[in-house]
Amino acid sequence: MRAGLPFALPAALLAVSFGVLAEPLMGLTATVVMSLVVYAGTAQFAALSVLLSGGGVAPAVTAGMLVNLRFLPMGLAAAPSLHGGPLQRALEGQSVVDVSWAMASDGRGGFDRDLLVGATFPQYVGWAAGTLVGALFGDALGDPEALGLDAIFPAFYLALLVGEVRGGRALSAALLGGAIALLLLPIAPAGVPIVAASLASLIALVGRAGEAPPPRARPSGEPPPAAAPPQGSDTTP
Amino acid sequence: MTSSTTIWLTIGLLALVTIVIKAVGPITLGNRTLSPPVAAVVGLLAPPLLTALVLVETVGDGEGGFSLDARLGGLAAAAIALALKLPTLAVVVIAAVATALLRALA
Repeated sequence: MRAGLPFALPAALLAVSFGVLAEPLMGLTATVVMSLVVYAGTAQFAALSVLLSGGGVAPAVTAGMLVNLRFLPMGLAAAPSLHGGPLQRALEGQSVVDVSWAMASDGRGGFDRDLLVGATFPQYVGWAAGTLVGALFGDALGDPEALGLDAIFPAFYLALLVGEVRGGRALSAALLGGAIALLLLPIAPAGVPIVAASLASLIALVGRAGEAPPPRARPSGEPPPAAAPPQGSDTTP
Repeated sequence: MTSSTTIWLTIGLLALVTIVIKAVGPITLGNRTLSPPVAAVVGLLAPPLLTALVLVETVGDGEGGFSLDARLGGLAAAAIALALKLPTLAVVVIAAVATALLRALA
């Protein structure tokens, strides 16, 4: 649990800004309940921004769901490291949040289950407490953006990223994932760029052909590898 | 005005969907171990996911577009703090302060 403590305060600061932004629309109770039962910052902000712009239940839930879809591959990844029967596994799987998951990953496909579950508790408390503070004292705190609170999330993820990128392959996957996200950001619904970026992890398969049997035939939707272009084909002769 | 029904339905459904998404992997996979190629892919999931989160939270406007603003300065400050090996809490506080200062100056 101690491993999660350094992340409880950043989570709380972020939650304060959620509380400040959500309370005028949702009221105190709903704002705090949302943090308690959804407990996924990015998704809560996504759903809130839909509601604030006048959207209904379906688009708000869809926006939050798309952002949270990343927990699907993350849950699959952590699954073999969890304990117990299906119900206990499903419960332990609820502790998959970005920070704990990234900390618990050993980078080779294994996860430290105790770290995953333990580190989530302090963050949960911080998230709930921060939301309450923001919702109660939003008027006194003022504009969360003037306080720079919206920079906390990216800085937080950057800190996690630096801890994860060990070695050239991780760096390549990070760069490719970033490129995918930036390309999709203006054209895809919120959340999709993040989920799609996870496809960059497939580069782990590149260069494994020597160690494992080669993959079966290419999926039919995928074009065959381009033949080597003629020399200088992209410039005028 | 958004009705309280809309708000509570959104909260309830989003909570449910999130629980289901997180439960799918643990329930379907059980304790089977991943084959080596799958484990290799899974081991490489975190860097691209985190990079995408950093970028979308820094230059996204939350509505499907780009917004280049003081958050970029905040992220740069965070990067410097990380290079100096400061603790995570200091990194996020420095990012917030830098962003707030840039906004105050603008």
